[in-house]
Amino acid sequence: MSMEFLDGNTILYSAAFGLMLIGIGGIVISNHLMRIIFGIALLEAGANLLLLLSTYHEGASAPIIVDGIIPAMMADPVPQALVLTAIVIGVGILALALSLAIRVQRAYGTLDMREVRLRLEQEICDEAGIEMPSSSEKPAEVIKTPVNSVVQQESGS
Amino acid sequence: MRRFTAALFLIGLGVMIAAIYQHMDFSNTALNAGQAINSVAAQETGAANFVTSVVLAYRGIDTLLELTILFTAAMIGGMVLGKRRVDAPRDPDAGFILRTGADLLFPLLLVVGLYIILHGHLTPGGGFQGGVILASAFFLPLLARPGSSINQDVISIVEGLAGATFILIGLLAMSEGYEFLSPLFDKGELGALISAGSLPVLYLAVGIKVGSELAGLLAHLAEAEAVD
Amino acid sequence: MEVVVLIVVIVMLLSAVAVMLFKDFLAALAAMTVVSLGLSFLFVVVRAPDVAMTEAAIGAGLSSLLFALALRRLGLWRSQ
Repeated sequence: MSMEFLDGNTILYSAAFGLMLIGIGGIVISNHLMRIIFGIALLEAGANLLLLLSTYHEGASAPIIVDGIIPAMMADPVPQALVLTAIVIGVGILALALSLAIRVQRAYGTLDMREVRLRLEQEICDEAGIEMPSSSEKPAEVIKTPVNSVVQQESGS
Repeated sequence: MRRFTAALFLIGLGVMIAAIYQHMDFSNTALNAGQAINSVAAQETGAANFVTSVVLAYRGIDTLLELTILFTAAMIGGMVLGKRRVDAPRDPDAGFILRTGADLLFPLLLVVGLYIILHGHLTPGGGFQGGVILASAFFLPLLARPGSSINQDVISIVEGLAGATFILIGLLAMSEGYEFLSPLFDKGELGALISAGSLPVLYLAVGIKVGSELAGLLAHLAEAEAVD
Repeated sequence: MEVVVLIVVIVMLLSAVAVMLFKDFLAALAAMTVVSLGLSFLFVVVRAPDVAMTEAAIGAGLSSLLFALALRRLGLWRSQ
């Protein structure tokens, strides 16, 4: 079997797309807040690689002049500068996400997003003085609030 | 059920990306901006590293905004984490090897960080990379001696001065009749340490600002109260 | 050269899957660092030494430190 379909570009692009897919998968499937942050970091890494690959030419040299010799073809410096800034901003976002995760743990005692969402809805319902819907996963079978409160809501809005 | 739908979504996304990839054109991917910058950057900015000239000269305002984003993230991180309670339990003391190693590494990390910052216009490297190394140099003593702490007031003063230097150089260029943050001073000889006009000064400001911001952020995270 | 790139890419993608599958968060963090180091190698391959340096210093170094500090504060240092 020939390996011709595996040229350099395909390998590099598959790395970028693979990282992005795994990151999105982690964000979508996982329930743990820490895994979601890991997924964001992976997604960001893949996006950075894709941005750099968008102007990559085989045979180009790095955009730096050494000893006054100017190479015939140099890599594009604009996406490189973009990715440089993106990585640094990424670490800022990461630090912010991690400190928010620490705050979530302090407030709710858990990092499982299903539990956090449940507690959040409970708090909102308590504040509003209404009863919590029986389940957020499946549609409520019976509307538990009395009919007149629904009428009130409609007339109020 | 949720996992199944998520897996289905991912497979669909993968197929879509593969389909797009098959029709991508690899023969003509160069941006015109990059070609233009590569041909004139050495004469216009005097920096041998073209990425540096893009970061500081052609897209200097972007770098300024990026520093603002980093500053905001560090500030909000500090605000969210809050101050440590006085009676919070201390971490156990570090061992002899970690303390001695930290003392030995501190000057080396400072030298390497400053070297990378000051050679940013000649070789790969610059303010961001060197700044991270400076931040880790100032964070090491915190790991080795859990009781000690970084003075956050000094950090904010250093950070403010570095940011002000960056903006002042930009305004200086405006007062000379150029655009904001355009390169100033004598270009010098290409490849010499003192060359490229104001770019090394700008990168030094960036490095000190990034270093102090990240050191402050790391200190905040390290001092946050442990759960267990 | 392409064989080396292929090996690095495979290791990277396997570690990226491992980040999502490992129960132990410290092991997931180690796998994340492998991804960052492989990525910085790929940046060198696509002729971006500046970005490779940034990724090695920030992605592999500082991010891992941030994650490790956060894991310790969240009590996830050991697997439950």
